[in-house]
Amino acid sequence: MQKSPQLNSHGELQHLLTIEGLPREVLTRILDTAAPFSEVAEREVKKVPLLRGKSVFNLFFENSTRTRTTFEIAAKRLSADVINLNINTSSANKGETLLDTADNLAAMQADMFVVRHASSGAPFLLAQHMAATGRDHIHVVNAGDGRHAHPTQGLLDMYTIRHYKTDFTQLTIAIVGDVLHSRVARSQIHALTTLGVPEVRVIAPKTLLPTGIERLGVRVFHDMREGLRGVDVVMMLRLQNERMQGALLPSTQEYFKSYGLTPEKLALAKPDAIVMHPGPMNRGVEIDSAVADGSQAVILPQVTFGIAVRMAVMAMLAGN
Amino acid sequence: MPLSTHLPDAEALCIALAEAMRPHVDPTATALVGIHTGGVWVAERLHAALGLKMPPGSINVSFYRDDFSQRGLHSNAKTSQIPFDVEGAHIVIVDDVLYTGRTIRAAMNELFDYGRPAKIDLAVLTDRGGRELPIAPSFCPHSLSLPAAQMLALERAADGGLSFRLITE
Repeated sequence: MQKSPQLNSHGELQHLLTIEGLPREVLTRILDTAAPFSEVAEREVKKVPLLRGKSVFNLFFENSTRTRTTFEIAAKRLSADVINLNINTSSANKGETLLDTADNLAAMQADMFVVRHASSGAPFLLAQHMAATGRDHIHVVNAGDGRHAHPTQGLLDMYTIRHYKTDFTQLTIAIVGDVLHSRVARSQIHALTTLGVPEVRVIAPKTLLPTGIERLGVRVFHDMREGLRGVDVVMMLRLQNERMQGALLPSTQEYFKSYGLTPEKLALAKPDAIVMHPGPMNRGVEIDSAVADGSQAVILPQVTFGIAVRMAVMAMLAGN
Repeated sequence: MPLSTHLPDAEALCIALAEAMRPHVDPTATALVGIHTGGVWVAERLHAALGLKMPPGSINVSFYRDDFSQRGLHSNAKTSQIPFDVEGAHIVIVDDVLYTGRTIRAAMNELFDYGRPAKIDLAVLTDRGGRELPIAPSFCPHSLSLPAAQMLALERAADGGLSFRLITE
């Protein structure tokens, strides 16, 4: 395999574009680095001066509240100046728009771009463009691109799992739901297999699974009850109504019956299993409120950990 | 890695440091903050020797270092823990070796993000010279002069014993 474009010549993280291809040491180092950042939030002054004087641009070509907010908080707690740009675009020339926008912001002395884009590969294109134009001191963080990747979500999920379960090599983990449209699922699968989780399951109807998903090293289940049996971690995915084209599902009620996480289905997992969800949740579609608000859910801690993980990623990039 | 026979005895210095501090600390009000990693070990010793009531704190200054833009973030999973109210406190920052003073500056900057201490003192086992900032120790039982290419590191053995090691780059 070719050298990852995210790593510099010293093997250090230059951009964070995808988890795929990142070595285990890099993932572990990010998780290790995130731990002390989580403590910053408990201080009187919730700030450390690492990115003082740096300009971080949140370029959101696709709507997001939670991810943009947590990136913004993370950058601000690192003392960076944060500029949010919500660029809603339906233009066919998205690539051109993205690079034009980035060129303008680079001319304003940007230090980092946090990019969310509906097109898979947009952050990669941006990182390539920066390198090709001699501006590789500008770091790019992928905040979600199309169906491709959402690496910081995958990392915060790993941080959450490690927090509650400690040892990745002893776990059975199920990812449940709309894998087809989910960049989160792809990042999770790459992270889990890289970190040595022996059994990663995906549970979904055939219509919501990409073909050849088994090649990523996962076991496929179509029956949720069967797939949840004995798992340590249940990672729910959001049913992405807005990305649905055509009739992939009979109805959301029907989906809930087969793939919604209810207390009764969760009882098949290990008694101390944790339930995760990247948000925002469709209650009564992929997850029952009794589970979402129940004692096994770690959905809100995921949000809190997400800030520390994003701080770690930005601090590591800025220092490399 | 040549070993010098002139290295100070870390255990003896811990005792001497505690004795130098004793007249100046209030066991019910003075709080220690050790700098990771060697300073934390020394702070634990001082805390026991001086019988202080306040639990010792620890800080990892890597988020406050002034060489971040040159050297990047050091991989360091150590967490800062300040288990007492910094506001109005008498704090003694504890480190193993005082050198440029930059670490101490970073530690003071970090402490002020927790509150406004009434007074900060600095206690170190040894001062190796080479200061780059106007910082001086309040308590320091030993000093020596080392060339820039050498680093004095405190180590802790499995039985908890502290000793110095000289590392030549």
